[in-house]
Amino acid sequence: MRLGLVIDLDTCVGCHACAVACKEWNTSGTTGALTDYQPYGAKPSGVWFNRIRHYEIGDYPHNKTINFPMSCMHCENAECVTVCPTGASYKRAEDGIVLVDQSKCMGCNYCSWACPYGARELDRASGTMKKCTLCIDRIYDMEIPEEERQPACVLTCPAHARMFGDFDDPESPVSRAVRERGGYQLMPELNYNPSNHYLPPRVHAPIDTERMRQKGLRAVKDWIHRAVER
Amino acid sequence: MHPALAVIFLTLFSGGGFGLMALTAIVNDFQIDGGLNPLQTMIALLVSLAFVSIGLLSSTAHLANPKNAWRAFTRWRTSWLAREGVFAVAYYPFAMLYLIWVFFTGHPAALPGLVLANMAALIGLITIFCQGMIYAVLRTIRQWNTPLVPANFYLMGLAIGATILVAIRWATGNPAPALLGTAAALLVLSAVFKGIYYFWISRPAGPTIRTATGFNRLNVRILDPGHTFGTFLTEEFGHTLAPASAHRIKALMYTIAYGVPLILLATVAQSNAAILAILAAVLVVGGIGIERWLFFVEAQHVINLYHGRQHC
Repeated sequence: MRLGLVIDLDTCVGCHACAVACKEWNTSGTTGALTDYQPYGAKPSGVWFNRIRHYEIGDYPHNKTINFPMSCMHCENAECVTVCPTGASYKRAEDGIVLVDQSKCMGCNYCSWACPYGARELDRASGTMKKCTLCIDRIYDMEIPEEERQPACVLTCPAHARMFGDFDDPESPVSRAVRERGGYQLMPELNYNPSNHYLPPRVHAPIDTERMRQKGLRAVKDWIHRAVER
Repeated sequence: MHPALAVIFLTLFSGGGFGLMALTAIVNDFQIDGGLNPLQTMIALLVSLAFVSIGLLSSTAHLANPKNAWRAFTRWRTSWLAREGVFAVAYYPFAMLYLIWVFFTGHPAALPGLVLANMAALIGLITIFCQGMIYAVLRTIRQWNTPLVPANFYLMGLAIGATILVAIRWATGNPAPALLGTAAALLVLSAVFKGIYYFWISRPAGPTIRTATGFNRLNVRILDPGHTFGTFLTEEFGHTLAPASAHRIKALMYTIAYGVPLILLATVAQSNAAILAILAAVLVVGGIGIERWLFFVEAQHVINLYHGRQHC
């Protein structure tokens, strides 16, 4: 089994709900708390497993805003695990989830140096490295309904831009989505072989913003706006 | 990368300490310049042990959770950092036994002593390699991901060791022309290799914002990094240096680490002034300290691609 996420860049609206849900769930989870530094001070900062960045792709008029959530990719070749000198970082053989044993970490930052995706953040309060657990305490919790045994970010996403599943099963929804929509990995040239995949935006005809205002009723409305003095 | 003083001190001082041990063993093995007398050998060993200890102790200051530091010896099968720890600690018994041997017998070049000295030297050299590989294995930092990194660590550690040994020899009233030549040659070689390294990393290469986002045929520009103030990622990896100041600091580094010490060593050969040899050793350590600072601050981690850099 190789669990991971698929993130649909076409539908992600960049609302940061996944990051907030992640923080809320995991701060009381197995690797919590996720410390905030100066939350009401001049420079608020803190530990997050999931960060959303915003990019403009392409050039006007064929440009588009892309919201780009990134968390741990749970790589097949997880260098963060091999470089760890204490054995605190490990990759579970049964489902491929990469975790940090908080009781073994000595806070040397070496795993964060080895991670190209910025998935690991040092918690200065505990002195240990923290990272996405794929909500391991949710997805295996037999006390909650089966349909809710998913990572908090996936459950909360209002745009349904996130999918969770097993990449080893060719018929799982995540494998089908990657196959059918051309899902890809980030920085494949580094050969970390991340589990998480991203779905590219669907191709749409560009909206002709130049001539849009000239059509039908809108032209009449524009004429009235110009004609009527206020 | 954030140039943490703890890591700069670790690689600088332990590298110099192991280099000094290696040269002490070689000089006594082959009786270069007549070999070191017991006093000189003991001073060299004490300086080496002090340097290695300064390095290792300061490295623990880099740990956010040092109470788990003992676990760093457990993963030597996969982690170069763990290997470095294991070898650095294995160095102590051999270096200390050699020190005790020289203190009680007064024969630094006797066979049992030389066996201990060469074991310590070998383990020290392996530790320098492990230290270099800690950085060289990281595919995320192109400026480090090259065999030139362990090569530079070797040459600088040996250059520091050789200059210190020259200073010890002259300060104890015992000229050593062959050793002085070795130190000068190591300094020149080290400067040349560092120059090759700077040439090698001078152009951007590796992942770009395009492969980092997957939009391989489009221009990609950051609109918003998604956080209002710094994060761990920007604090740890966001450091950079303007090319103009990098050039100035490199010129300063070459002057302090290589230019002035070489002139001083040449003067020592003419005038036998021990104080100049000591000054040369201090300058080499300080100059290579600047080099190590540059080594960290110039390393550009690929995570910077996600914070607005187009390439690293």
